[in-house]
Amino acid sequence: MAGEGPILTLRSLTKSFGAHSAVDHVDLEIREGEMFTIVGPSGSGKTTLLRMLAGMETPTAGDIILRGARINDIPANKRPTCMVFQSLALFPHKSVGDNIEFALKIRGVPRAERKRRAVDLMRMLRLPDHYYGRAPNRISGGERQRVALARALAFDPEILFFDEPLSALDYKLRKTLEKELKDIHRETRKTFVYITHSLEEAMVMSDRIGVMRDGKLVQIGTPHEIYTAPNSKFVSEFIGDVNVVPVSVLGSGRLKAPHVPHEMAAPPAMNGVGESGFLVVRPEFLRFLDSPGDADNHVVGRLYNEYALGSRIQYQVRVGELVFVLEKLRHEAFTGGLDQEVVIGWNAADSIVVPDR
Amino acid sequence: MSAEVRPVEDGPGFRLSAGLRSALPVIVFLLVGFAAPLLAVIGFSFMPPRTFGLGHPPTFENYVTLFDSTNYISLLWSLGMATATVLILIAVSYPVAYGLVRVFGRWSTLVTLLFVIPLFVSENVRLYGWVLFLIKNGVLLGTLKTLFGIEADSMLFTTAAILLGMVYVYLPFMLFPLTLGISMVPNDAREAASDLGASRWQVFREVELPLSTPGLIIGCLLTFVLAVGAIAEYKVLGGQQVIPITHDIEIAFTYAQNWPLGAALAVLLMLIVGVLVLVALWRFDLDRFLGRR
Repeated sequence: MAGEGPILTLRSLTKSFGAHSAVDHVDLEIREGEMFTIVGPSGSGKTTLLRMLAGMETPTAGDIILRGARINDIPANKRPTCMVFQSLALFPHKSVGDNIEFALKIRGVPRAERKRRAVDLMRMLRLPDHYYGRAPNRISGGERQRVALARALAFDPEILFFDEPLSALDYKLRKTLEKELKDIHRETRKTFVYITHSLEEAMVMSDRIGVMRDGKLVQIGTPHEIYTAPNSKFVSEFIGDVNVVPVSVLGSGRLKAPHVPHEMAAPPAMNGVGESGFLVVRPEFLRFLDSPGDADNHVVGRLYNEYALGSRIQYQVRVGELVFVLEKLRHEAFTGGLDQEVVIGWNAADSIVVPDR
Repeated sequence: MSAEVRPVEDGPGFRLSAGLRSALPVIVFLLVGFAAPLLAVIGFSFMPPRTFGLGHPPTFENYVTLFDSTNYISLLWSLGMATATVLILIAVSYPVAYGLVRVFGRWSTLVTLLFVIPLFVSENVRLYGWVLFLIKNGVLLGTLKTLFGIEADSMLFTTAAILLGMVYVYLPFMLFPLTLGISMVPNDAREAASDLGASRWQVFREVELPLSTPGLIIGCLLTFVLAVGAIAEYKVLGGQQVIPITHDIEIAFTYAQNWPLGAALAVLLMLIVGVLVLVALWRFDLDRFLGRR
């Protein structure tokens, strides 16, 4: 889906407030037509970064280059980009139709043409025609979301920015709209740059993801790369439930973890790991073993609790002070009781070791 | 287990709810202090001319007299001057209010104080201050004469002086509702408009002005009602150049000793102002402006 060249290039982009750098030397190339998501916890600088890209914040240093032209000093209203705000920022005194037509009105498009384009967009976003004259406060949250998107699309921007627009919605609606947004991305073939604090949300929608921490982009990759090959403890933990065990690297492919009496087999690739690091195993790669030899690695622990997650069941196993979580599909649920001694294990190839950072 | 708890039986007859009973002192106070004088004025307007009691058979004579007399000229002056005051106030206050909210930053408090402090001084004292400022050989003209040898006619006792006084006295009543109105414009709505390509002027016209309208309307109503009822500015700064309706009312109640005529004039003024306010509130539905409806 993604095109060839970069549409937007960031070079050492920095935004400082006093001594604090909210965005710290960010280098990034966003490709034509891709859906790129910047994900990070609150305070990681992602909103500041996006606001600089949209022209609402002036960079302290570095360059923003749109199709080869430096746009640092071009104000928001002269940039061919557009943003969907976290609060949506619909104009409360204008009808749904007038909101959508705003950019066209500013450009002096005749009224009839404006209305035709607004109605087209409303249909594309599955908003009923009779909403055209309705006040934005008299429609539901999900519908307002679509109006905000329609208003931005009517601008026909080269890049569409999203500042966590789904964060205020309930889970189910958010899941629906995430997929809708990805469909709309396919349909419009525009470049979308999205920010969110939810890596799960980023995974669903994005072609590529950039993980941000303390003003820096710590990893950029496809959702698959981020999921299977996180480059740090921070990124691996950010994805959600994961087993992260501090280990010392003994050399010759062996690892030693506290509370585990025996040495363990290391995964084949351990990029950038020195003498110590963190062993990362996803819950779905952990298994209950009948005998310790059934997997490359095993630990013996006590089944402490279990949680039903819908289609899956999650188990918490305690090994000394270490806590492991593993997940099984419901139909392969573990049949033993709580507090039972269990042997759990994983294959070395299903684990990774990340550096301590 | 069988201890029977019976509710306290109320005696038969009239019973007030707890809320109404709590509100009773205020209700009585409002009836005596607010409604009664108003009703007395309305009552007097239907009494025969030059009577001093409410016991006479009611008559429309005073209202007929109103339309035959020259009172309508005073009324038109009052309404016209009030309208002019409000228009000037909008022009003067909007930029200041905008500055207070968006530009002055931490200086806002100081600027606000500068506008508030004069309110602590009596209106008449402040107006006489203007007299000293504007009078021939006063602060303004005297200085001009001494420094530049320019000899100008006194600005006092002109319509402009009256307007100056009213704008000066009522400025806070326009400024502060307007400041509130402008501060209620969401920042992200302005940013969104700009992001969608709107220039500064377009952001103002399309977003800031309409969304600050509630404050503007409140300010207009407040200052208009105050300005229609103004009298001191006409007396102190206007000499007898312009006679406002308030002056006619005062004359009727004092020198002319014709309370019913004065009452009729007062009722007429109340009606006109009341209708104007109601029409304004109905026409500019404040909730609709804010998108609440």
